[in-house]
Amino acid sequence: MGQIQLKQVRKAFGEVEVIPPLDLTIEDGEFVVFVGPSGCGKSTLLRLIAGLEDVTDGTVEIDHKDATELPPAKRGLAMVFQSYALYPHMSVRKNIAFPLKMAKMDQAEIDRRVANAADVLNLADYIDRRPGQLSGGQRQRVAIGRAIVREPAAFLFDEPLSNLDAALRVGMRLEISELHKRLDTTMIYVTHDQVEAMTMADKIVVLQAGVIEQVGSPLELYRKPRNKFVAGFIGSPKMNLIEGPEAAKHNAATIGVRPEHISVSAESGAWKGTVGVSEHLGSDTFFHVTVAGFAEPITVRAGGDVDLHYGDTIYLEPDPALIHKFDANGLRIE
Amino acid sequence: MARAVSTRRKTLNTALAGTLGFLMFFPILWILILSFKTEEDAIRAPLEVLFNSGWTTESFATVQARSDYFKHFSNSVIISVGSTFLGLLIAIPAAWSMAFVPSKHTKNVLMWMLSTKMLPPVGVLVPIYLLFRDTGLLDSRLGLTLVLMLINLPIIIWMLYTYFKEIPGEILEAARMDGATLREEIIYVLTPMAIPGMASTVLLNIILAWNEAFWTINLTAANAAPLTAFIASYSSPEGLFYAKLSAASIMAIAPILIMGWFSQKQLVRGLTFGAVK
Repeated sequence: MGQIQLKQVRKAFGEVEVIPPLDLTIEDGEFVVFVGPSGCGKSTLLRLIAGLEDVTDGTVEIDHKDATELPPAKRGLAMVFQSYALYPHMSVRKNIAFPLKMAKMDQAEIDRRVANAADVLNLADYIDRRPGQLSGGQRQRVAIGRAIVREPAAFLFDEPLSNLDAALRVGMRLEISELHKRLDTTMIYVTHDQVEAMTMADKIVVLQAGVIEQVGSPLELYRKPRNKFVAGFIGSPKMNLIEGPEAAKHNAATIGVRPEHISVSAESGAWKGTVGVSEHLGSDTFFHVTVAGFAEPITVRAGGDVDLHYGDTIYLEPDPALIHKFDANGLRIE
Repeated sequence: MARAVSTRRKTLNTALAGTLGFLMFFPILWILILSFKTEEDAIRAPLEVLFNSGWTTESFATVQARSDYFKHFSNSVIISVGSTFLGLLIAIPAAWSMAFVPSKHTKNVLMWMLSTKMLPPVGVLVPIYLLFRDTGLLDSRLGLTLVLMLINLPIIIWMLYTYFKEIPGEILEAARMDGATLREEIIYVLTPMAIPGMASTVLLNIILAWNEAFWTINLTAANAAPLTAFIASYSSPEGLFYAKLSAASIMAIAPILIMGWFSQKQLVRGLTFGAVK
């Protein structure tokens, strides 16, 4: 079991309020990702759930029991840190066994669980090495191993992949998703990388300045961003946000069109523009197009073999059904 | 680009450094030489002392016969080791709290502690002497252990504080998440990680306590006198006996020199106060 409920949770450091009162429910077995730019309070929120920070006001409930005053050890949660936070003086085996030793579990059971975790995470070959002798990916696995042996009510991940290189990150992303399917335990995952959020989450919580901007499944956030911030944050490359007369035509203060929802033509289209920088990814090409009257260049996605060059004149046609409209306060208009 | 240094300059610098090093070491070398001479030879002109006199271990025997070296030696060991470990007991929790749960005033507390080292000890000699007299601590090993612990406590706390500061907080948080109580966190995680730092703290403080001469001489008579008081007893109203004084000095500094020699690596780390990894 691992249902977590935050009720009117507020956090202030002295005079500075980093998280105004917020409510959030995380259901048992869900993979929830907290995502937002640096300093948005997502790590603080995770640490409040972990008990590493004390809440200023409000309550944290774990499995319907008030855990607000419980120390971290008593909450039944396991955490994986950005720096891995392995114990450098202990072997991999002792690192993984540490939480079980602290729980005064008998040695036979400890050995069984450690062997099992090592097996699941492919750590058997390194089990007697020290963390200093392992690569980043292996260290990350040890940190996860240390978390899973306790069979916690929920896992907390604090940007666990940000110290890994790009290729390893994609691999570990899949491994963590796989682990979630297998263990079927609640996982809360903090990241500033919206690609990680989109690919891993059952539910994404978008945060900005300590405020929850939107909660929803990845596709809900992609299709119906509640406001301009979420619209710009979710999706890669980011949504084109256009203000001014063009937006007024749609009775909105701002309109948003994703790069993948704009078609490119050499002859005709709603907007005429000039091709600027283009980024070739092989399967796709992203063109940055300057359109007269728009404050910022428009990003459009085209096929990998579209032959356009710097300075060419092209026409763009947004898909009318997929134009997002926002009012003067930045909120979505249906 | 690496800084270019010509061979000529290198040779000059090496020669200069060697000369300076020799000058600093010379008094100790001279004491060593004198300790193997008779009293008559020891006061002759330096060149005669070197080339025109015999060698003898007579002074060492005389010193041992006059005052029991081993009693002073064991006093030194008990006082320096005892004060260091007693200091650690207080300093570990103090440094832990300042390094990991600092408050607005932590820096001030640290500075205030260090400032007590700037006070001339003689300024508090009378009150401490009276306190010791009234509590029966005069000329006792317990009393000296206490006073040296207090004298060196700021240094122990400062050193441990800088070592603890180097330990990433996330590792301690991980221990907390893993169910470790504060006691278990300190025993299983913090202490093993801080052992290199603690070792240099212990070494440096044993040396400081071993060499401390002001309090050990002023607060002891016969029973608790360590090696510093033992040396001082050879500068007596009857005059200076160079050979015996030298022999006593060599006997007093040899143990700590040998210990220092073997723990050079740890000590250098200790003296740089954790500034380099």
